[in-house]
Amino acid sequence: MIAQASPFVPEITSALCLVCILLVPLAVVGLAVLTNGLGKSRGAAHAMLASMCVIGVAAIAFIAVGFSWEGFAGRASHVITIGGKPWDWIAQQPFFLRGLPLNGSPVSLSVVLQMFAVGIAAQIPLNAAADRWRLGPICASATVLAVWTYPLFAHWVWGGGWLAQLGVIYGLGRGFLDTGGASTINAVGGLTALSLVWIVGPRSGKYSPEGMPVGIPGHNLVNVVFGCLLAWAGWLGLNSAGAMLFGASTPSGLVLVEINTTLCAAASALVALVVTRIRFGKPDASITANGWIGGLVASSAATAMLRPAAAILVGLITGVLVALSVEWLELWLRIDDPGGAVSAHAVAAIWGLLAAGIFAGMGSQSVPGQWLAQLVGIATLIGFVLPMTFGLNWALNRILPYRVESDGERQGMDLHELGAGAYPEFMVHSDEFFQR
Amino acid sequence: MMKLVGFLLLLAGWFLVLAALEMLSASTPRVLFVIAGFAIEVLGLALVFRAYIPEPGEER
Repeated sequence: MIAQASPFVPEITSALCLVCILLVPLAVVGLAVLTNGLGKSRGAAHAMLASMCVIGVAAIAFIAVGFSWEGFAGRASHVITIGGKPWDWIAQQPFFLRGLPLNGSPVSLSVVLQMFAVGIAAQIPLNAAADRWRLGPICASATVLAVWTYPLFAHWVWGGGWLAQLGVIYGLGRGFLDTGGASTINAVGGLTALSLVWIVGPRSGKYSPEGMPVGIPGHNLVNVVFGCLLAWAGWLGLNSAGAMLFGASTPSGLVLVEINTTLCAAASALVALVVTRIRFGKPDASITANGWIGGLVASSAATAMLRPAAAILVGLITGVLVALSVEWLELWLRIDDPGGAVSAHAVAAIWGLLAAGIFAGMGSQSVPGQWLAQLVGIATLIGFVLPMTFGLNWALNRILPYRVESDGERQGMDLHELGAGAYPEFMVHSDEFFQR
Repeated sequence: MMKLVGFLLLLAGWFLVLAALEMLSASTPRVLFVIAGFAIEVLGLALVFRAYIPEPGEER
């Protein structure tokens, strides 16, 4: 890790890392455009405005408070001792970055990266709860995520917390491995998305009285695919910067990061396309797009440590998992997730983390216990982060109801919440003619 | 009720994983207990998913 190797990073390395970080907003924009395309046309403006609000709220909340809990490896933190072993559970930094050197040091680069990363994490639930989640609660939920949920788990993984130290304290490989944010950004965001879908329930008209799902296609598939391509550029920057800051990668090691990120996304999207072609007779653009995003997400866990062939294999399995889980969640578990966020972020991230434990430890880099460290991290996500994020959002929903009224949903989020539609020239909505 | 039990099982599984790390030093029992904890979490997750599936005819 460059932070631990030396506090005096050569300026060229620091500048390269900053350039990679500056690509990350493209991932945020890509997810926003994707969310817009997969939602209804009458909520398109609301979706984009909500994305902008979430990015703003998350950045302010993270800088004001979140980074104080997240911290950085080697800086002050709260440690409890259990059985003679130290458990570093939360950072101890001043609010508003007071006293932090904002000068291109690793910690300052980490702040910039995570100011964008928390925007990605907060964006993911929007995708799942689109077309029925009100703007006020969206901002409140993003604040909670940026102030508490994200920083706490990110400290455990990236801030020198107990998951990062599993290798040193318990001899489990190199400790929990996640250089690009598969867990901290995508699994946290994806599990929050799952909680949100449970809390707000399905869109009206999504399920027939017999429980069969009704297809509500996204209104703009061009935006969906364009969002994926934007996200690709963003993920190249995210994985590269993460590998340098949290994975001890050198600038020359970034070549492998770029190759693996692209291969994993490509393999995942292509296999999702083939799976949908086999299942439905024709390729499904939205599930293929989810496969692409899922591949990017899965690559984040250990992209600098995989061989290209392993990255393709990880991508192939991701594509199958994403394509099948989208269908399975909708059909059997009644999860109405218009953007496929639970599959593309939570499911793909969990698989990517497990794959990192299996494939990153192969050959000369083999370290015993790595897969167990990954399993402990995944168990923490499912057993701790999911109940916590559900509980926080459930409590917030009691104070500030998340779901829009049924009249508002029928009218559309644009008109109901913003007073104007995204496409005023086109006011015909096919589902208004369905018998309810 | 099923939802609450599901979430409690999620937490219980996580505590079992932590306890296995802290209390067991031998490799095999530690691995087995971590896997057992994870299995309990999967059971909890299944219960929560089931709790959110409406009965036939039930309005969401």
